Amino acid sequence: MPDNHTSGLAELYQELILDHYRRPRNHGSLEAHTRRVALANPTCGDELELDLLLDGETIADVRFSGHGCSISQASASMMTQLIKGRKLEDARALAVRFSEMMRGSAEAARDKSLGEARALAGVAKFPVRIKCALLGWNALEESTKPQP
Amino acid sequence: MRDVRSDFPILQRPVRGRRLVYLDSAATTQKPRQVIEAIVGYYETLNANVHRGAYDLAVRATEAYEAVRGEVAAFVGAPDPSGVIFVRGTTEAINLVASSLGRVRVQKGDTIVVTAMEHHSNLIPWQLLAEAREAHLVMVELTPDWQIDLDDFRRALEREPKIVTFTHVSNVLGTINPVAELTRLAHDAGAVVVVDGAQAVPHVPVNVAALDADFYVFSGHKMLAPMGIGALIGKPALLDVMPPYHGGGEMIRTVLDTSATYAPLPHKFEAGTPNVEGAVGLGAAIRYLRDLGMEDVAAHERELAQYALERLGAIEDLTLFGPPGVRAGVVSFTLADIHPHDLATIVDSEGVAIRAGHHCAQPLMRRLNVAATARATFYVYNTRDDVDALVAALEKARALFGYAHA
Repeated sequence: MPDNHTSGLAELYQELILDHYRRPRNHGSLEAHTRRVALANPTCGDELELDLLLDGETIADVRFSGHGCSISQASASMMTQLIKGRKLEDARALAVRFSEMMRGSAEAARDKSLGEARALAGVAKFPVRIKCALLGWNALEESTKPQP
Repeated sequence: MRDVRSDFPILQRPVRGRRLVYLDSAATTQKPRQVIEAIVGYYETLNANVHRGAYDLAVRATEAYEAVRGEVAAFVGAPDPSGVIFVRGTTEAINLVASSLGRVRVQKGDTIVVTAMEHHSNLIPWQLLAEAREAHLVMVELTPDWQIDLDDFRRALEREPKIVTFTHVSNVLGTINPVAELTRLAHDAGAVVVVDGAQAVPHVPVNVAALDADFYVFSGHKMLAPMGIGALIGKPALLDVMPPYHGGGEMIRTVLDTSATYAPLPHKFEAGTPNVEGAVGLGAAIRYLRDLGMEDVAAHERELAQYALERLGAIEDLTLFGPPGVRAGVVSFTLADIHPHDLATIVDSEGVAIRAGHHCAQPLMRRLNVAATARATFYVYNTRDDVDALVAALEKARALFGYAHA
């Protein structure tokens, strides 16, 4: 009998997530970047670097690099798709929405503004993996902090 | 070796309706009923603070605590129980030696030698010491088949290091280092030798006197005992000239207003109320392992590791890391492009507990040219069935990631 965990696993490793893991969008770095943030998860060794090119308050371009599990890489890839061309303020709002989804909010998981990243809703059932999904978004929050 | 699984209550509890296949004993081991009962028994019949009460209960608690010191000494072949210092575990033991021995032995410009297969607990304390004393830290490289490179080791010794330290058994590779030979070479170069025995004492017979290591350290929780107890085995002549590590009660002889004299060994290094419950549990764990026989324990793990290497080696796209030939019950691997954390999550859904990550050995991960590995480790309660369960779960991971079934 498949228990919740087993069916959750199929959701966790669905094709869309593996596709972003294997063919990450906006992967690499931006030589001409306005903001660069490197984050690491010291407990598991995942590393991620996020480059933003800003045009005023708009994210004109974005790239990420690093290495990590399928969840951290797919999540970062999906995030870059979502935030490219957006206002910083909107990107920050998406980050808040995404972390609500990671805390299990069904409403956030239905929010179309999260686009393909909604595929990661199932991560909420795997508490130890939530930090993986948040790595890219945490880098975004770090890099969009109002500059002094 | 007899089947011991029924001695371990936690292994009788299903995980998500399945039998728990626990393959993370290098992180911490499960505890047999005999150890759990010893701890409960201590609190039900013996609990009092040690070394101070004049009443019967305190005397008996002290006797129980000190008796374990003798059992530890006998178990690892330490000639003198006064050189057995109870600590929280391996990490505290190494910090104690680095801090205390470092203060009297390491000066500006001196060299300390470590190897590239150390756990962070046998690296960071030496980094801190080197930084504080403006000393050089030299890391000995490994051979292509993941053993300590003896040529590089000899080169490092030419610097006449004050301290040389290495692990007995690698927590990632399973490599069993030739401790006696390395120690002899280091002694010839005038160094004091510190051996990290965290992955050795639980798994193979250890005789500290025969190895001639100056300091030998290990943790209880990796050998069936509770967390928070471990031992530093030191040569009393060295411990005697080292300053105390922690100050407080228990470790003093006479206290004046602005200075104090210290208790003799081993109490000089045991400030504060010790972990008596932990020591009692460690004693029970030692008796349990002694009854099984450490030769048999080692043979059991060797056989399981060999079986695991065969079965895992037959999985398509699976890469094994470690030395050829004899190794401890440690098998590190990666599988295709499936990240070790994903592997751990997937096999967990089958009740199989493995470790994924850098295993607190980032310098070694860089040399393996990976960010992380998956790791299965074996102990007395593991069986061939556990290896089979791991293999089946790994096949499931391959399927989930779109690899054809073999």
